[in-house]
Amino acid sequence: MTVQAHPDSSHEEHHPRLQHHFETMEQQHEASQLGMWLFLVTEILFFGALFLAYAFYRWLYYDAFIAASHHQNILLGGINTAVLIFSSLTVAMSVYYSQTNRRKGLIVMLILTMVLGLAFLGIKAVEYHEHFEHHLFPGPNFQLPDAPGLAAQAQMFYVLYFFMTGLHAFHMIIGLGIYTWLLIRAMKGEFSSVYYAPIEIGGLYWHFVDIVWIFLFPMLYLIGRHY
Amino acid sequence: MFDDLPLFPEAASSVARDVDQLYWFLIAVTGAATMLVIVLLITFAIKYRRTPDNEVPDHEPENKYLEYAWIVIPFIVFMVIYVWGAQLYFRMNRPPDDALEVWATGKRWMWKFQHIGGQQEINELHVPLGRPVKLIMASEDVIHSFYAPAMRVKRDVLPSRYTTLWFEPIKAGRYHLFCAEYCGTEHSKMIGSVIVLPEPEYQAWLAGGTAASPLEEGERLYTALACNTCHAAEGPSARGPSLNGLFGTEVRLRSGQNVIADENYLRESILNPGAKIVAGYDAIMPSFQGQVDEQQLIYLLTYIKSLGVTGGAAGQPEAGSTLARPESGAAVAGPAARAAATQAPDTEGRP
Amino acid sequence: MTTAVLDPNHPLESPRKNYLNREYGVLSWLLTRDHKRIAILYIVSITLMFFVGGLFAVLMRLELLTPQGDLMTSDTYNKMFTLHGVVMIFFFLIPGIPAVLGNFLLPIQIGAKDLAFPRLNLLSWYLFMIGAIGTFVVVMLGGLDTGWTFYTPYSTQYSNTHVTLVTLGAFITGFSSILTGLNFMVTVHRMRAPGLTWFRMPLFIWALYGTSIIQILATPVLAIALLLLAAERVLRVGIFDPSIGGDPVLYQHLFWFYSHPAVYIMILPAMGVVSEVIAAFSRKRVFGYTFVAYSSLGIALLGFLVWAHHMFVAGISVYSALIFSFLSMFVAVPSAIKVFNWTFTLYKGSVSFQTPMLYALGFIGLFAIGGVTGLFLAALGLDIHVHDTYFIVAHFHYVMVGGVVMAYFAGIHFWWPKITGRMYPEWWGRLAALIVFLGFNLAFFPQFLLGYLGMPRRYHVYVPEFQVLNVMSSAGASVLGVGYLLPLVYFIWSLKFGPKAGPNPWGAVGLEWTIASPPPTENFHETPAVRWEAYDYNAFEEAQRDRAGTP
Repeated sequence: MTVQAHPDSSHEEHHPRLQHHFETMEQQHEASQLGMWLFLVTEILFFGALFLAYAFYRWLYYDAFIAASHHQNILLGGINTAVLIFSSLTVAMSVYYSQTNRRKGLIVMLILTMVLGLAFLGIKAVEYHEHFEHHLFPGPNFQLPDAPGLAAQAQMFYVLYFFMTGLHAFHMIIGLGIYTWLLIRAMKGEFSSVYYAPIEIGGLYWHFVDIVWIFLFPMLYLIGRHY
Repeated sequence: MFDDLPLFPEAASSVARDVDQLYWFLIAVTGAATMLVIVLLITFAIKYRRTPDNEVPDHEPENKYLEYAWIVIPFIVFMVIYVWGAQLYFRMNRPPDDALEVWATGKRWMWKFQHIGGQQEINELHVPLGRPVKLIMASEDVIHSFYAPAMRVKRDVLPSRYTTLWFEPIKAGRYHLFCAEYCGTEHSKMIGSVIVLPEPEYQAWLAGGTAASPLEEGERLYTALACNTCHAAEGPSARGPSLNGLFGTEVRLRSGQNVIADENYLRESILNPGAKIVAGYDAIMPSFQGQVDEQQLIYLLTYIKSLGVTGGAAGQPEAGSTLARPESGAAVAGPAARAAATQAPDTEGRP
Repeated sequence: MTTAVLDPNHPLESPRKNYLNREYGVLSWLLTRDHKRIAILYIVSITLMFFVGGLFAVLMRLELLTPQGDLMTSDTYNKMFTLHGVVMIFFFLIPGIPAVLGNFLLPIQIGAKDLAFPRLNLLSWYLFMIGAIGTFVVVMLGGLDTGWTFYTPYSTQYSNTHVTLVTLGAFITGFSSILTGLNFMVTVHRMRAPGLTWFRMPLFIWALYGTSIIQILATPVLAIALLLLAAERVLRVGIFDPSIGGDPVLYQHLFWFYSHPAVYIMILPAMGVVSEVIAAFSRKRVFGYTFVAYSSLGIALLGFLVWAHHMFVAGISVYSALIFSFLSMFVAVPSAIKVFNWTFTLYKGSVSFQTPMLYALGFIGLFAIGGVTGLFLAALGLDIHVHDTYFIVAHFHYVMVGGVVMAYFAGIHFWWPKITGRMYPEWWGRLAALIVFLGFNLAFFPQFLLGYLGMPRRYHVYVPEFQVLNVMSSAGASVLGVGYLLPLVYFIWSLKFGPKAGPNPWGAVGLEWTIASPPPTENFHETPAVRWEAYDYNAFEEAQRDRAGTP
């Protein structure tokens, strides 16, 4: 290998967003992309441990898990699923608009994404409220009137339910934080077809949180409902 | 002098010698390998030390065959160790069918033992010489671990289910019993003794203690907790399946699974009845968690295990024909029949 | 000896400005994004944690001089071993080599100006500090008594100590570890200098790369397990709670799914350091370079498949025990490959015995013993007897202290001139290395015997026949303590009085030895081009001559 060290880097004008330790914008972009992918790998294992626990206990306490999932509100869960899938579209659009230098479109899409995110959290809060009302929050007040004999293991279902959806909601809140920051920067006009890495990796994160929900919804609401 | 510095534990069980053999084998093999490495290191270090005419050595090519050699040879050795260790483990996890059963309960910070004949002990376990002993263990609180170094056996004692362990003492004497899983403040004081007695002395010891028979206690509890209202002896009722002859058989669950009705199944069905629902029944049984302690569970299980397995013992459960008191027959059965009832599950209980 | 290697005519005079004196003031350190300065932040904090953890160990060994337990109460003793474990594992061994030496050297060894995400790197240090300070707060509030393993249900239902706070601290520190691993991985993938192909990378980088894989894949599982534990403790109901059908053994599975690979998070970078040191002090390419490189990845991947070998007596099924024992035998192979290759690196080399080399040779011997005793534990029938006894304690101290700490010291001595620009006193260095080696063996070898005799671990009081071996162990521990204090003293001394080190005091190869000591903030004024294989002494020197010749 000879000195093929970035032969044209000296001609290229220095982009103001290029950090000092990178040679080119492309290198910087690839680095941040890979970084986010690796972070998502971590996240998969983070949720993975919970999925494992869910599978383990579902296998052990099949009847109770079925009985417990009957108390889920499919309508609200379904609406939330639709909301999130739609938000994935707006996220994808935001990346597209930033790549094509359309600032207005980008800002609109970012705002739309945040609105959808907030809507999701709002609906989730309503659901949580319902669960509290129905004594489905794990603890001494937990009740399962239609199958008292299964209450203990149904409680296990709700521990997992609250933990998983709570963790997911927490990720949504972080996502909203990231999007607020992106929005401010977008309004300042910092993004362009040369520099849109933050929009892209923010989008990767948002998509990931959506996908987690796509798994949670059938696990916690749908399967085994009609046996 | 040597008394102060023991280097090797006593070998007092039938597997101890086998464990020690594996230990010595490992010491020999790994000792030789480690010595080889150390001798080579020292030899090379001295022979090729830096001297003025050896400032920068020549490039030494890699040797693939050498690499393969120290991949393959250690691997073969490891596999020998694996097979040896695995077959030993397998043996140590297979209690003989005729093993004497003793219930053990770990509780912060003591060991309780319940013998089948009724004797109870704390921090001392008397066992007969030359007969395999099987411990069925559970914890009342945190995880403990039953460890008798002279027997080379150890098993964690869990709060969630029974674990078992067995050993066959081959040497009379008094040996250490430790808790090996950290369990809180007095963990290091949760110790006791395993006392191995020759058969005559063991029989004398058995005769010495007078305690309520677990079978009778179990029978009493079974009625007191009103188990019999749903689990009638003469056959399945609308509310609950019969427990007659249940122990050791395969049970079909509502979820379609099949499980073996062993001690853990019975325990779970009492404490967490919703966990495994028998096919054809509803989950209506309330949990007895907090209402029965480990000791009472031992009584109940002893009794349930005895149901319907008397064979020739004059139809013990069938004798009581009324739904309310099916145990009346059992109550009059002599101690011999009862002893047969408690020993029998071991021989036929294991599939 | 050392001054002889210094070449006054070397073309790379130490420039006046370097990363240490470029800026002054506390803020210039606390807000730095320079990987080298962050490494210094880590050195300071990790050294502190090491001596705090060591203090707990000293108190424990003092207590164990007598069987009755006269020095402290059982509660205090339990807190001692718990805090010793928590501090040493989460705050010294796991971050130790990656965060200090890795941070400092990874960008330099691959010819980069910094890690890919400098701000994230600083954030990692802050997360680490939050966890560390949280642990200190817990010590002030009265400690923790669950053991570093936090086994349920003791930790969730019975312990009256500050479990929640410590688990949250460990949770946060876990993210420090994840982010460091992520940063390293991206940097290795995207920022290598031109010409530095994967198989020209120093083995230290391979080791760090393997470590990063584990950090990214395993740490989140521990994080979630600890979060579940904390939630269960706070809400009084949770998935490990037997009263709702929970299984405490599930916690152990989740815990060891991280904590077994975590052993490799600790030992892999140590192996990397030893590869570097052995090569430098034999002036030879590491024997079987490719095999050593792949064995790092092999360990990283196989390390994920063996976690349940910590649970052979915990009530797992016989068949899963058979499988996990089998896989554990596999994971021993890559370690064996490394040991043999290091040994043969000396063959026909030019071996010199400066302090780093003494530590590295000590590492090989002690790690070999630690490694083969691992086979005793992986052999199922034998593990039943020695599990949870002092045999295990001795085994993992041979790997963790005899292995990781020895390698850390080897690395710190080896790169000290690069980090500070000063040499440490060689004679004292060798003396300390000898003391550490002897003290270590005296402290921990008797524990193998104790373990086979049957002394369980975590015992505050013990039966009298174990006393003689315990006294020997305590005596060794005090020798070891002296061995560790010596470097602390002479390293600090050397900062002011040590002779100035040139760019390459050892005559070693590698990009870090081509730049000034201490390095300038940007490491390389121009991105270097690598035209030599790893550890190729002849080609490297030629390249350096060429470079010196062309102005």
